[in-house]
Amino acid sequence: MAEALLEVRGLCKAFGALRATDNVAFDVREGETHAIIGPNGAGKTTLIGQLAGNLRPDAGHIRFAGEDITALAAHKRSRKGLARSFQITSIYREFTALDNVALAVQAQAGHSFRFWRAAREERELRDPAQAYLEEVGLGPRAGAIAANMSHGEHRQLEIAIALASRPRLLLLDEPVAGMGADETQRMIRFLGTLKGKMTMILVEHDMDAVFTLADRISVLVYGRIIATGTPDETHANPEVRAAYLGEETAA
Amino acid sequence: MRFSAQLLALVTLLALLAAVPPLAELFQQPFYLELGRRIMIFAIAALSLNLILGYGGMISFGHAAYLGVGAYAVGVLAHYGITNGWLQWALAIGASAVVALAIGAVSIRTRGIYFIMITLAFSQMLYYLGISIEEFGGDDGMRLPKKSQFPGLLDLDNPVAFYYLVLAILIAFLYLGHRLVNSRFGMVIQAAKANEPRTRAIGFSPYPYRLAAFVISGAMCGLAGALLVNQTVFLTPEFMNWTRSGELMFMVILGGVSTTAGPVLGAAAMLLLEDVLSGATVHWQIILGPILILVVLFARRGLAGLLPEGRRGG
Repeated sequence: MAEALLEVRGLCKAFGALRATDNVAFDVREGETHAIIGPNGAGKTTLIGQLAGNLRPDAGHIRFAGEDITALAAHKRSRKGLARSFQITSIYREFTALDNVALAVQAQAGHSFRFWRAAREERELRDPAQAYLEEVGLGPRAGAIAANMSHGEHRQLEIAIALASRPRLLLLDEPVAGMGADETQRMIRFLGTLKGKMTMILVEHDMDAVFTLADRISVLVYGRIIATGTPDETHANPEVRAAYLGEETAA
Repeated sequence: MRFSAQLLALVTLLALLAAVPPLAELFQQPFYLELGRRIMIFAIAALSLNLILGYGGMISFGHAAYLGVGAYAVGVLAHYGITNGWLQWALAIGASAVVALAIGAVSIRTRGIYFIMITLAFSQMLYYLGISIEEFGGDDGMRLPKKSQFPGLLDLDNPVAFYYLVLAILIAFLYLGHRLVNSRFGMVIQAAKANEPRTRAIGFSPYPYRLAAFVISGAMCGLAGALLVNQTVFLTPEFMNWTRSGELMFMVILGGVSTTAGPVLGAAAMLLLEDVLSGATVHWQIILGPILILVVLFARRGLAGLLPEGRRGG
């Protein structure tokens, strides 16, 4: 068994009386695609927030690559190799697609206290950024202003930005949210090409995406992980079926 | 390169400004030399404010503080008999940078309305400090005994030489600002304004970059203050009053936020309007107010935004 890249233990986060994250523990092994599923209100967003560093847990710890990152700020986690995509598209709308990705490349290229050279003319930023855009299939759209791109393209751009951080762990927050059927299939195929090359946490509602991509699935219900297992195990688990999968997939 | 029509407007405006001294000479109207210089000095101050307000999204409502610190640096040294311009202006830049560092270190931790209020509060503190120091004239202010001296190089008592110096500094700052905004540093500043969570998520901590921009902006404005006191030959705490900060903000907004040409256009438009309207009526602000409201409502990118827009970035 590969060593765990991410180790979550006893994680708790409450908002008043609501225990949004309730003693959550799971491992993500190097190289695996680990899906986290759960019904609406299960606490997925809260969990992602704590993994990415936007929310401080009340208790518990998160270890990443052997290091305790529980108290580490979001931008420092990103530098350690934990990149994320956002559920609700979060891009620089006024900038071009290439600018968006080039900024992520720049963030990994040391400090940015460089005041003179035009960043848009630096090949060491633009060339890799263009390559990431090609990778997600947005190569021809590099010069487009992000605000003028379609929803599906925004989702692709999200992934390109995350990839440009050269992550060790990619945190995907509902990557196919709001996509049409064709776009969803394309995104699943693309994420399939990353599978194995990169460790991924996939938080997703789309069961097709989850069962196609995931090596293991953790099921979150009312802030607790009620089961972790392979897609087959998850599918067969009566507790999971009762709590979440319901009749639509039982059919 | 980004806005070719804007570049044209800017070059035209600068050429017009460059033509003022010979024209003023020709028509025996030295007043316009004064006015042109005043416009350029405020353009420098507005330019520095635009750097943080426009590109950085930091709405500083206390930018006149640095104008005042720069002016006082020159005035206080002159008061004690030190009239060397290099020394005075170096102190003006250095002191406003230090003050900006202190104010910025505290206020950049806040956002939105709190940021506006804290920068306003700091500048009013400096304003009242200026009023309370009797040695430097208190709220009456004091005369600048002698203009900054640059022996063998330049005589600020020569109005034309002074004029072209201010123009040269304005052009230099326009160029510096342009480089800065498009550098890696400038990209981070703009990114943090456009989408802070995303900027953190890709690995930037906006704070040190914002603070650096704040200090650079303060230092630039400090030099404008040094120029201003040489222009007015009089030093008063009014330089730091919040109404002055408001005027600087108006210039930036009127001219066009986050544009290269905007602050110059805004300073020129505002001071020319003030000149024309105050000739017509003492209540000129009643006319200026509605004009500003119309600009904010209908020309959201200000005067520069009215020019045809070129393609951004690339």
